[in-house]
Amino acid sequence: MSETQEYVPSVIKAKEMNPKFKYEMSKKHGAERLMLCFQCGTCTADCPISRFSDFYRPRKIARMVQLGLKDRLLSDEALWLCSSCFACVDHCPQGVEIAGIVRVLRNLSVKERGVMPLVYRELASNLLKGGYVYEIVESRHKKRAELGLPPLPKPNLEEIAKIFEVTGSSKVLENVKTFEKVKS
Amino acid sequence: MPKPKYLIFLGCVIPYRLSSYEISARKVLDKLGVELVEMPTFNCCGYPMDAINHDLMITLAARNLCVAEQQNLNILTLCNGCFCSLNETNKVLKEDKKLRDEVNAYLKEIGMEFKGTIEVKHLVHVLAEDVGFEKIKDAVKKPLTNISVAQHSGCHLVRPAKYVGHGDDPENPTLLKNLIRLTGAECLDYMDETQCCGNPIIGVNEEVPFQMAKEKLDHVRAAKAQALITACPFCHMMFDMNQPRIERAFNEKFGIPVLHYPQLLGLAMGFSPEELGLNELRVKPSELLNQIQKGES
Repeated sequence: MSETQEYVPSVIKAKEMNPKFKYEMSKKHGAERLMLCFQCGTCTADCPISRFSDFYRPRKIARMVQLGLKDRLLSDEALWLCSSCFACVDHCPQGVEIAGIVRVLRNLSVKERGVMPLVYRELASNLLKGGYVYEIVESRHKKRAELGLPPLPKPNLEEIAKIFEVTGSSKVLENVKTFEKVKS
Repeated sequence: MPKPKYLIFLGCVIPYRLSSYEISARKVLDKLGVELVEMPTFNCCGYPMDAINHDLMITLAARNLCVAEQQNLNILTLCNGCFCSLNETNKVLKEDKKLRDEVNAYLKEIGMEFKGTIEVKHLVHVLAEDVGFEKIKDAVKKPLTNISVAQHSGCHLVRPAKYVGHGDDPENPTLLKNLIRLTGAECLDYMDETQCCGNPIIGVNEEVPFQMAKEKLDHVRAAKAQALITACPFCHMMFDMNQPRIERAFNEKFGIPVLHYPQLLGLAMGFSPEELGLNELRVKPSELLNQIQKGES
């Protein structure tokens, strides 16, 4: 039997672990306290997504970050199931911002793997085109006038594009690969 | 006391789909003496971009804060998501000098600078703190004593607690409840009141949010509430616009009308359902309105 057939994905191999990853992560805003996680599991117990998903487990994510399982984490689409309700953040007895860690991982996955859910690319492209993350069609503007609502504030598209550029977001979006749905 | 004056931040969901929230909020605030000024220029609050790039989100939020600083006005948001990103960015940038310098380096490219001179409030904070319970009580002309409702404050109005402020308890939020009680309506407790609506992930997965919203509607129904009251357009979309889809998915009928809080308050203040955009709701509130009318006669 070849090496690949013998490999059981659930078993962690030492070579998969990147001991520096936790330090890299700890420098990012929102993930500073990740080393304080002692795996009590309050986050998973209180996570509304975990109740209905077989794959999304915040405690497991925190442990995987500590172990440095970077590749597994960044390629796991379940990362995109967090609804950022912040129940985990408020309930963590150690003050670890789990939702912040998940967000940092999503950002890394986009930056380093160039992959994101299609919906985010659409929202970003609408934002660049019109200042709003949804396309506000002409009929909406007319309806506002009919309803007696003031005209919508105008976007400054040049400045928005500049913000995308200087934060390094334009390049990423140009070449990003997308996927549609995430299994729960 | 001078009249409260705010820069109104509509966000993206309201202009896209939910003018009923905006119409009712403007009507109610005007009557309660809150002056609203339109944003001279706008971009998305940044919240939806947080998953892609945190620097992008925080700089988009900061640009809006700079616009408000230039106007020397505090921001009022109607959307929990906008409140969360603008308020958190405002607080973080005021406290963290290193981050502020980083963001100001980005903002310099568009000729702006974050100074930290304004505040961000959600509609419910403005009603509770600037208008005050007494004044709202006085403005209620037709108390809705005949109906019982439930509330869904939504996550970003109360969490993460370390950024929100305003003294509400994220485990047992009472601000919206107390505002509801001012209208004369009974505000019922129900199971898992603080659970998320699920809508933020609907773009990547429908099963989980549908189950979350279905469970919430189950609990609201079990409490015998005649309507669910929200303070966030995104949560509202999940429970109102998607309610027929949830009903089909689970082969169950709920028919629970979902009202934006200023619609409920507006009814109690004597505005007509049409003036408050109640006709725009997906789940028709006819039975609720009949019940209210019965109480008046």
